[in-house]
Amino acid sequence: MSILWWLLRRLVIIGLQLLAVSIVVFGILYLSPGKPEQILLGTQPANPQVLAAIRAKYHLNDPIVSQYWLWLRHALHFDFGRSIQTGQTVTGAISERLPVTIDLAIYAVVLVVLIAVPLGLIAGTRPGTFVDRGITTVITIGFSAPAFALGLASLYVFGVTLHWFPIYGVGSGFVDRVRHLTLPAATLAMMVIALIARQTRASAMRVNDQDFMTFARVRGLTPRVIWLRYLLRNSALPVVTSIGLVIANFLTGAVIVEQTFALPGIGTLVLDAITTKDIPVVQAVGLLAAFIVLMANLVADLSYTFLDPRLRTRTSV
Amino acid sequence: MSVVESGLAVVPPGGRRRLPSLLVVFCSLVLVGLAIATFFGRSLAPKDPSVQNLLDAGAPPGHGHVLGTDGLGRDILSRVLVGTRQALEGPMVFCVCVTLIAVVFGLLAGFKGGWTETVIMRATDMLFAIPALLVIIITVGLLGGGYWLAVGLLVILTSPSGIRVVRSAVLAQRNLPYIEAARTLGVSNTKLMFIHVLPNILPNVVASILLDFVGGLIGLSSLSFLGLGSPPGASDWGRMLTENRPLLEGNPWAAVTPAVLLIVTAFSVTVLGDWAFQRLERRNNDRG
Repeated sequence: MSILWWLLRRLVIIGLQLLAVSIVVFGILYLSPGKPEQILLGTQPANPQVLAAIRAKYHLNDPIVSQYWLWLRHALHFDFGRSIQTGQTVTGAISERLPVTIDLAIYAVVLVVLIAVPLGLIAGTRPGTFVDRGITTVITIGFSAPAFALGLASLYVFGVTLHWFPIYGVGSGFVDRVRHLTLPAATLAMMVIALIARQTRASAMRVNDQDFMTFARVRGLTPRVIWLRYLLRNSALPVVTSIGLVIANFLTGAVIVEQTFALPGIGTLVLDAITTKDIPVVQAVGLLAAFIVLMANLVADLSYTFLDPRLRTRTSV
Repeated sequence: MSVVESGLAVVPPGGRRRLPSLLVVFCSLVLVGLAIATFFGRSLAPKDPSVQNLLDAGAPPGHGHVLGTDGLGRDILSRVLVGTRQALEGPMVFCVCVTLIAVVFGLLAGFKGGWTETVIMRATDMLFAIPALLVIIITVGLLGGGYWLAVGLLVILTSPSGIRVVRSAVLAQRNLPYIEAARTLGVSNTKLMFIHVLPNILPNVVASILLDFVGGLIGLSSLSFLGLGSPPGASDWGRMLTENRPLLEGNPWAAVTPAVLLIVTAFSVTVLGDWAFQRLERRNNDRG
């Protein structure tokens, strides 16, 4: 019961936060250099009639509050207007680019789960050994190196020199798509793998020293039971709860990785929109990004309570 | 914070005289090399980094160019050397600013408590969940304003986590007997904070300076890579990566050299940060 109440409160807060973000996002049009009608005109030749038509079409002569209200009402119906550059509806442009980014993100998440957690557990159960040092060195490289530098280095090694993976394109069909997205997904995942492996290692080290672990070993439980039921479950908490951080990381990472590998996803869409001052596209993607970040944090907090029953009693905090 | 316990520089306990590991020595050498390139890059460069020679464009190493040339025929080695300062000055300024803000506000919040703490922590909460780089990409991309605006925004959006680190370190000190003793002797609050508490949280501060440097390096070079940070034509490492990416088949060194330099720099500073943290922490612990 109390958890429902808590959830409701969180949702209301998220709604308010989104409202605040939407004001900022709407303001982008007025904050960017140049008059709004000039920005909305794009590269067309300007003459007074066209400018006046644009002012009328976008209600730029109305008071700013009612302009915002109109924009917000349209935004709530997923109508962000048309791209200044292509004339395509913004929603259309986004849904055209979204699949590549989603595939990339899913692939990266799979890599994170398959690589980071086992690495962290292995390193955390044998601290100070050769294996641990090897893993932590790799983790440190992944944690500190800029994604695009790693991406470019891997593009050179695995694409240009070894010809294992294609250099350009996204591929069609499942197998081809996987082949094309392997390097980008690995690059996107690298930083998060480092982050998660680091946290898993730390918590596995803590868990491994607990009495119940020693006792489980003394009782002669199989390594399978010890690893899955004791170690993995108890070390998983910080991993699951860092999902918010992971998503925020992916959002920025997608822009950089898609640019590195020239993929036609949301990241390159927003980057192109920024460089060509295609404000409607920037506004829509900005609002989408804020929504994703807020939701990710909510899911992270929820997963806390579901994984660790001890926290359920103090949900009011 | 788990950020500082990657354990690379961990030395087994009970060692008598702990010598720095080979890795730490290597990383220190990298830093010395970078410092030399930062200060003397321009005089060390064999060629003028901005002289174009279109007849020699995209040439692989050889013919008087140790690392070959870029798409405009400019010497890669010279550009990389001269670019060191451009690549490192932003992160330097960034990490110093973040550390100053983090120390001052973290000390105030952790030590003073009361409404000072409430105001500071609420402000950091507001800025904490924002994906900094994304916001900076949009702002700098739309407003223009370039490199130093990006540095400034990055400082504002990163400081909250720095303040949190310092504050939690201060909270661990606040109720220790030595503080009470000093207070009994009538030591002023300001003096307590900066003379007594600060040395004791120094390991955290040093570690976070170095980690912030790495964060600044990643953030600012990513922006340059996206074409938003440094101005066009600058021999910035991040910008060189974008400009020379089409040359991967012709002269891969043009793009791979700055990429490797960025990776090695970030790695070395992280390792040294871990190492310094552990040394200082051990010294503080040894003193009791």
